[in-house]
Amino acid sequence: MFISQNFEMDSFSQNPEFTIHSFFTFLDTTIMAVEFEGGVVIGADSRTTTGAYIANRVTDKLTPIHERIFCCRSGSAADTQAIADAVTYQLGFHSIELDEAPLVQTAASLFREMCYRYREELMAGIIVAGWDPRRGGQVYTVPVGGMMTRQPVSVGGSGSSYIYGYVDSNYRAGMSKEECLKFTAEALTLAMERDGSSGGVVRLAVISEQGVERQVILGNQLPKFSTV
Amino acid sequence: MSEELFPEPEWLSEEVKTGTTIIAVTFDGGVVLGSDSRVSAGESVVNRVMNKLSPLHDKIYCALSGSAADAQTIAEIVNYQLDVHIGHSEDDPLVCSAATLVKNISYKYKEELSAHLIVAGWDRKKGGQVYATLNGLLSRQPFAIGGSGSFYINGFVDAEYRKNMTKRESQEFVVNALTLAMGRDGSSGGVAYVVTIDKDGAEEKCVLGNELPKFFDE
Repeated sequence: MFISQNFEMDSFSQNPEFTIHSFFTFLDTTIMAVEFEGGVVIGADSRTTTGAYIANRVTDKLTPIHERIFCCRSGSAADTQAIADAVTYQLGFHSIELDEAPLVQTAASLFREMCYRYREELMAGIIVAGWDPRRGGQVYTVPVGGMMTRQPVSVGGSGSSYIYGYVDSNYRAGMSKEECLKFTAEALTLAMERDGSSGGVVRLAVISEQGVERQVILGNQLPKFSTV
Repeated sequence: MSEELFPEPEWLSEEVKTGTTIIAVTFDGGVVLGSDSRVSAGESVVNRVMNKLSPLHDKIYCALSGSAADAQTIAEIVNYQLDVHIGHSEDDPLVCSAATLVKNISYKYKEELSAHLIVAGWDRKKGGQVYATLNGLLSRQPFAIGGSGSFYINGFVDAEYRKNMTKRESQEFVVNALTLAMGRDGSSGGVAYVVTIDKDGAEEKCVLGNELPKFFDE
């Protein structure tokens, strides 16, 4: 994600071939979330850029919204932090009123409400993932523009374009937790290798009934691919 | 008033591009080239069965991407120049020669042209070779991908490519890569054309839509 950068949106109208690419280059990041039986695995890179300067090379883009609900942030750092704070507050209040753990879908809906209402002003692509007792592990994606949809696996950010092919070919339903962790780490590594706006370390988290387990894979421990 | 009711279809004014996926891979003994078949003008598909793998010589093919007109013209010119270069000699041209001719045109006219050709083939000297000529550079690579759809399969090809694959494995690799890219890129689609070149010559194949491999979300 980038910090308070003025960008020109009129590149959209000029050259059809490049519209997709300029759109994605502002969502600097690679984020990913995968559902498995009993929970979700989420992951992100750790780079925040202001133009070509890496403002933070160890960013934590996996933000807790509630005990077992996290969001992965991509797009403008300021916008996503503000939205996440607002949703954390709203969800906390809702949870106290209900006197039970909130649903992941509720958190996703709150994100969607805000992202859609203020879509002209915001630049935020968010993946909401977590576990609740009613529906187990769930991943909801709320991309720029404010739509919301549930998907078994979701990727986001500028680096995500490079790994659609990899994710489509390697995802299988019914993977175990370890397989999901490996899948996520490998996909993020491939994206970080190709996308200039993604890099640093890979941050992973597993959310399940037991709680949240976080891990970090450092640069030299990332999986290696045999590209000659 | 009538112009607003029936606006001119955009495909009349939009530039025709082969927003595309192209790929070429070396294997032990030759190369495999692959492409999709969609040609778009803005949002219209003006040709859904275009073969973007164009022969430059018996055992040298190039894969076209970018502006359809520019790419086709470069291929035609290089076809001619290669014949001149061979003259009356009986030897087959080197892949490197064909790639250099493409590169020369791409570089000299880089401001006016917007096409990227991948040149691949087999010759007696160095066997199977793949050259990328994007923007006027010349780079020999074990494999190369190009076109708008190629962005989506960067991760896939990085992870799945292995040196010294067999001919069969390379063909499967190319078809899988094309299918994944066509699944995600709106400007790529249709059928997959695959050309395999080895010392015995070039073999062209077309994999129809319903024969393409299926991935988890289908």
